[in-house]
Amino acid sequence: MTPVTPVTRTAPSAEPAGGARPLPLGGAGSRPGRRGARGRGARRAPYLFLLPAAVLFLLFFALPVGYALHLSLRRVEVEGLGLGEGARREVWAGLSNYTDALTDPELAAGALRVLGYGLIVVPVMLGLALVFALMLDADRVRGRSFTRLAIFLPYAVPGVIAALLWGFLYLPDVSPFHFVLGELGLPAPDLLDGGALYAALANIAVWGGTGFNMIVIYTALRAIPAEVYEAARLDGCSQLQIALRIKIPMVAPSLVLTFFFSVIATLQVFSEPTTLKPLTNSVPTTWSPLMKVYEDAFVRGDIHSAAATAVVVAAVTLVLSFGFLRIANSRTRQGDSR
Amino acid sequence: MNHRTVAACTAAALAAAVLTGCGSSGDDSAASGPAELTYWAWAPGMDKVVALWNEENPDVKVVVKKQASGDDLVTKTITAAKAGEAPDLVQAEYQALPTLVGNDVLADISGEVAGAEKEFAPGVWQQVTLGGDAVYALPQDSGPMMFYYRHDLFEEYGLTVPTTWEEFADTARALKEKAPEKDLTTFSSNDAGLFAGLAQQAGARWWTTEGRKWKVAIDDAATRKVADFWGSLVREGAIDNQPMYTPAWNKALNTGKQIAWVSAVWAPGTLTTAAPDTRGKWAMAPLPQWEKGANATGSWGGSTTAVTGDSEHKEAAARFATWLNTDPEALAALVRESGVYPAAKAAQSGGALSRAPEFFPNQPDFYEQAAEIAQGTAPAAWGPNVNVAYSTFKDAFSKAAKNRSGFDSALRTMHEATVADLRKQGFGVAE
Repeated sequence: MTPVTPVTRTAPSAEPAGGARPLPLGGAGSRPGRRGARGRGARRAPYLFLLPAAVLFLLFFALPVGYALHLSLRRVEVEGLGLGEGARREVWAGLSNYTDALTDPELAAGALRVLGYGLIVVPVMLGLALVFALMLDADRVRGRSFTRLAIFLPYAVPGVIAALLWGFLYLPDVSPFHFVLGELGLPAPDLLDGGALYAALANIAVWGGTGFNMIVIYTALRAIPAEVYEAARLDGCSQLQIALRIKIPMVAPSLVLTFFFSVIATLQVFSEPTTLKPLTNSVPTTWSPLMKVYEDAFVRGDIHSAAATAVVVAAVTLVLSFGFLRIANSRTRQGDSR
Repeated sequence: MNHRTVAACTAAALAAAVLTGCGSSGDDSAASGPAELTYWAWAPGMDKVVALWNEENPDVKVVVKKQASGDDLVTKTITAAKAGEAPDLVQAEYQALPTLVGNDVLADISGEVAGAEKEFAPGVWQQVTLGGDAVYALPQDSGPMMFYYRHDLFEEYGLTVPTTWEEFADTARALKEKAPEKDLTTFSSNDAGLFAGLAQQAGARWWTTEGRKWKVAIDDAATRKVADFWGSLVREGAIDNQPMYTPAWNKALNTGKQIAWVSAVWAPGTLTTAAPDTRGKWAMAPLPQWEKGANATGSWGGSTTAVTGDSEHKEAAARFATWLNTDPEALAALVRESGVYPAAKAAQSGGALSRAPEFFPNQPDFYEQAAEIAQGTAPAAWGPNVNVAYSTFKDAFSKAAKNRSGFDSALRTMHEATVADLRKQGFGVAE
């Protein structure tokens, strides 16, 4: 009985509060208004917090993208000799820049070259990163932090410097490898020619990128709770079985992430072939699609077709990377429901 | 890797934004006080030459903003001009002038530089007027082409200096017989300027006008003769096919694996850095000729000083450009500090050029001979899309050089791409 009494007591005490409704007519009329202001303020707050990000996004992402789209739909038209004032004007081009870009055999050839390059880079780099991460995570490893740093360090070397460094090692006349092979009387392959060029370029990317991906995977490995291993060991799992059955499935999300990053980086490959280009006859100025964009914009001075090609490259990157993410997500969701 | 490239680019863009911010505020304050002129140039030591001007002309202060040479400076200047932010003065290569004029970047300074014409050779002057009455720039330096060879190795292999291209081919073959691992020289596809100069020597005029139309003649008889000549030397393996300006090329020059170089008057500077161990072992001779006894040469490189339409002090800028390229003191400083070969006739011999380049102590009359060779410089004919022709050259000729397959189809590709680009942009094109 006793617990009921306070309840019954509070209920009537609430009545007078309700009965005090005529108060708005009095001096406390500001009360509901204040509550409304607080409510509106609370509703406004998230937008205020979002504002800096939204402004930055608009200014430095949406606006430039919009401008690039605008440029891609226009072109310069010249009259006569194109000399003197007013000889050049910008006109509406419709989709002609896009049809030109899509029907350009050089862009298609560039895309094919990048595909071949990616087929080497992505599996080799991620495979190595995974193997290194698993090895570092294994029990009884000595010099773990040194090894981790040593593998990661090439990532800190800027891409252009790395390409220059490797370029010197590839050039037959200055390469120490070629010197040693020559002294031994062995044939030395020209790495800057034909199919070997893909391996040479891929090697630079693998050398620079493996460390970064390894760290991502390794961090995920460290986050696996120890109980899981304990249980596995109690069940008599060997180290190899733990790696294959527990570690790899549990770091699958990081593998998806690193794959995602690697695909984007591959589609955007630019600095390595650009740096190697002057060293050899085998790298044309339009080796990769992004190099073609650069060539169009800054050498041929045609920003309109460059913008169109850039939009095409961006669209393909988006479709490929988000398409892959979708597939990966639906897979994991299926796994969860099971 | 690319996310890093993007980060670096963003950082550079931000830095550039900060810099332009500073620059524009400087321009504003300049309007009230003495005129301040911005000068985009890449010649080394230009700031020291400009310091002489600033000392004598406190009312017109010139500020040099160092640039990288090459095609992207043209694009950069055009972009800046579109934004109304072009510098007052810009160093521009001869072949870039039609492109810059076509994009309405340069000011006509014919009124301000009257009387400067007599200081320059007609073939040079015609390149800054584009054949009309306007004057778009003042010639700064020129690059008459010459033949450089290792006199010690020529003697060792019993070779004589070729005076005709036929002899040049025979010399290449003779060297291959005596020393199969050596090459007389290489055909490089990474600098179209060299090929353009060789074509000029043979009499090619790639861009000419017919009324209101451009006539492109890249695939003409003269150029085809040059392309066939080099293409067949590469095909038969008489010369190398690897590009210039690579570490491998430097080594080949330094160790005597390549014993000659078809180059221009500025070659001593390049050789000093590329082949430092060979000082005193090189000699310079006139370019081999197509007709025995002729004295023709082409130009490789060379640049001008142009005033932009955006400049608020065109008269002062033109005055500075005239001083820089015709005043004896300025020209002497240009030779000394920037190592250029001045375009002004009076400065091409004597004065700062009375002594041979440091790298050529064995040829004391280097610049006297150079001045004589420069007399035979064939006129150049540039058009509004040299950049397109040059970039097509690089891709088409490097492929042909790599395959050692002859250059005729590469030359046709270069011609057709150039004509197609003109058509696409809407230029009048004569058949």
